[in-house]
Amino acid sequence: MRLAALLAVAMLSAPAMAQEMDGRMDHGAHGDHGAQGGQAMPDMPAMEDEAGGDPHQGHDAHGAPAAALPLPVPDHSAHRAPQILPATPDLPGDALPPPIPEDHAADRYFPRERMERTRAALRGEGRFATASVMIDELEYRPRGGKDGYAWDGRFWYGGDIDRLALSTEGEGRFGAAPESAELRAVWRHALDPWFNLELGVRHDFRPDPERSYAVIGIEGLAPYWLEVSGHVFVSDKGDVHLRAEAEYDQRITQRLIFQPRAEIDAALQDVPELGIGAGFESVELGARLRYEFARQFAPYAGIHWERKLGETARLARARGEGASSLAAVVGIRAWF
Amino acid sequence: MESPDFSPSRRRLLQSGGALAASLACARAFPAWARSGTAGAGTGETLSGDRIGLTIADSHFSTGGRSAHAVTVNGTLPAPLIRLREGRNVRIAVTNRLKEQSSIHWHGLLVPFQMDGVPGVSFPGIDPGETFIYEFPVTHAGTYWYHSHSGMQEAIGLYGPIVIDPAGADPVAYDREHILVLSDWSPIHPHEQLRKLKLMGGYFNYRKQTLAGLLAGRDQSLKERLEWGAMRMDATDISDVTGAAYSFLVNGHGTAENWTGLFAPGERVRLRIINAAAMTNFNFRIPGLAMIVVAADGLEVKPVEIDELQIAIAETYDVIVRPQAADAYGVIAEALDRSGLVRATLAPRLGMAGPVPPLRERPLLTMRDMGMDMSPAGGEHDHAGHGAQASATASQGHSMTMRDPSVAPQVKLGPGVASLSPMPADRLGDRPTGLEQAGHRVLTYADLQSLRPNPDPRPPSRTIDVHLTANMERYMWSIDGETLSDGARPIPFRLNERVRVNLINHTMMPHPIHLHGHFFELVHGAPGHRPRKHTVNVLPGGRVSFDLTADGEGDWAFHCHMLLHMHAGMMRIVTVRRPAGDA
Ligand SMILES: [Cu+2]
Repeated sequence: MRLAALLAVAMLSAPAMAQEMDGRMDHGAHGDHGAQGGQAMPDMPAMEDEAGGDPHQGHDAHGAPAAALPLPVPDHSAHRAPQILPATPDLPGDALPPPIPEDHAADRYFPRERMERTRAALRGEGRFATASVMIDELEYRPRGGKDGYAWDGRFWYGGDIDRLALSTEGEGRFGAAPESAELRAVWRHALDPWFNLELGVRHDFRPDPERSYAVIGIEGLAPYWLEVSGHVFVSDKGDVHLRAEAEYDQRITQRLIFQPRAEIDAALQDVPELGIGAGFESVELGARLRYEFARQFAPYAGIHWERKLGETARLARARGEGASSLAAVVGIRAWF
Repeated sequence: MESPDFSPSRRRLLQSGGALAASLACARAFPAWARSGTAGAGTGETLSGDRIGLTIADSHFSTGGRSAHAVTVNGTLPAPLIRLREGRNVRIAVTNRLKEQSSIHWHGLLVPFQMDGVPGVSFPGIDPGETFIYEFPVTHAGTYWYHSHSGMQEAIGLYGPIVIDPAGADPVAYDREHILVLSDWSPIHPHEQLRKLKLMGGYFNYRKQTLAGLLAGRDQSLKERLEWGAMRMDATDISDVTGAAYSFLVNGHGTAENWTGLFAPGERVRLRIINAAAMTNFNFRIPGLAMIVVAADGLEVKPVEIDELQIAIAETYDVIVRPQAADAYGVIAEALDRSGLVRATLAPRLGMAGPVPPLRERPLLTMRDMGMDMSPAGGEHDHAGHGAQASATASQGHSMTMRDPSVAPQVKLGPGVASLSPMPADRLGDRPTGLEQAGHRVLTYADLQSLRPNPDPRPPSRTIDVHLTANMERYMWSIDGETLSDGARPIPFRLNERVRVNLINHTMMPHPIHLHGHFFELVHGAPGHRPRKHTVNVLPGGRVSFDLTADGEGDWAFHCHMLLHMHAGMMRIVTVRRPAGDA
């Protein structure tokens, strides 16, 4: 093995050296354009005018000497020899750069105001701003006679760093008012390559009574491609709530995607009018399998499980409600 | 010895036949050189002489069942061939009939900067209804091209070839030549492509790693997937816009339209290959024919025989092929990520079709593409097997963090910079992405040597580092972490100063970096015959050094030629000025 490698190096170094010699000789012999003349076709017809002519058809056979192409270079398919070349002898100096000019060279040739306008347009090109709408979940939840529904949608407008983001989510059962319905509006600001800060407000239209909250949070892409977020909500009544969410797209095939999702809610104090007790309030786990007919349109099916925890669960039971529920879901995901 | 195909009557027949085929296929016009069944780029009408008129206007284009609005020159896509002769002056009047501003940049031609055609840098652009007259001396021969530098017009059709015939004898001997303009075409407007990528970095990637693949033992092992996942890096993120959106074209023709160039067996055929794509680097090969590379970016190189080359966006290569048999040869341009290819044909007569090879397996990125190759050889080895080994080393610590600011102190570390390559390798001798394992001869930059001696033998008086930066998840692209929109300052040069420029790629994608108004020498091997280029593809996680003589006075664009990268901010202005007190 090692012998073979040595042989290969020896074989390769020969042509590498030869090339180098060749290079130096060329340098000496053809300081001007001699290289070109030396290899040119001797009887290339001189062209009067390129307009109507075809300079390259009808060459005589001897007008195309094979000698014009010396070459072939060794087969490089296995290895090549850059390490064999000598260390670069032409080390750069350490001169200082010139100052950056404050003027624009084009202003010497074209009206300055026109140049200013196009310069501004050029600078503006990189400023990206757009709007995006995503219906992440729009789903139907059959639940023992009382079928339900849920939605989760987002909208944003803005550029790479700053965006205005609106989001809404909620759920309910057909034939009754929604159990929950919230709308959030935040300023989203890129903090680093992966995470964004969110500052804004949230309003819950449901449950009753309505509540407004100030929102601060972080959302982004964690290692292992986990989409995560954590938010703190402070209501106009002073109660403080925490929410953390995570989801992951597991690609089974290019278009079939399994998406587990988790959400956990907590409260720092009892909020009896909302049926919330201090501590962990609830946990939601979902798993959806979607098929991306197109990137922007995918129906899905899955399950959704939620369970109220601790004091919140006790309060629910006291109201005669179950503390946990499990539902099959079908829905669509779409964005544009 | 005239080949039978060249008799005038035969030639006319071929041209009308080609035109007929084109009109039947898709009812659209092609310039003569781009028509199928062309006998060679020398035949038929081209725009030449000292006065040329071009009109930019709205058009429509369709191929392979896809159809959309296009921007064309003189009604054709690609634009007409401009064929000039070295040593002459030319006046080109460009009329803009669009409703938006337009421009034309002469890619690779050394022209006075105010004729270079970059709105906001070298001139004010061509407003709707306006005619701008470009006037410049033609100072060097070779294969070049032209394209819009306004908005996204380059992606929707505004590009065409330029051939400059040498003033004296051509050092390359050939019997016939064809021009092959490679491009990509999508009915999804490039602005919308950009939007989709901002919303979802992998929008067009339908070849990600899957659970099914893992269970079937394909792609990375579970351990590697976890390591890459921990860095939020996707080993399949090879191309942003893929065959899911693009049709790939040769001279405006898709595979079914089968652009055909003719030859007579035994002829030496010169192919002038131009990658005019907006976002696609191509693997180019003609199965069954060896190619002798004779020029790169327009300038002659010492001939080197290969079987395949990767042509980055905005590069040009001239190759000689010598088909001996009267067979049809498939000319294959395969997208870097192998999400699609286009086949054209070289054949002795019209009506033949070269075979279409199956797409090869898509490449996977490795730790070397992250600038994290810790293997002792530092490069001269096969890559595929090495990802696991190198990443094992990386995970042992060694400050192999993804964003250690000390490796690139001048980079502004904001949300737009997701990673910095801890150990970027000199990759000029590397085979390009996806061709590491090809079982035949593949061109590397290290194989190229200038035919003529380099004109400026001075060693560089200083060095500058230029860091190519990105956050591929947010689809942000920049240089040194900054964009022109952020107010990035120009890169200043003294007139005629010689400087070494190190391009360091901190992203997982190759970037074809183009400097306007100059050729530079790639620093590889001993000085003297280093290859001179106007565009260099910097491989992911890699480093490229070039020496530049700043002899073009004025202001110049310097940018990644992936159109969406440039548009998103991977661009700088280079200023070349006389030192103060130097009149
Ligand atoms: Cu780029």
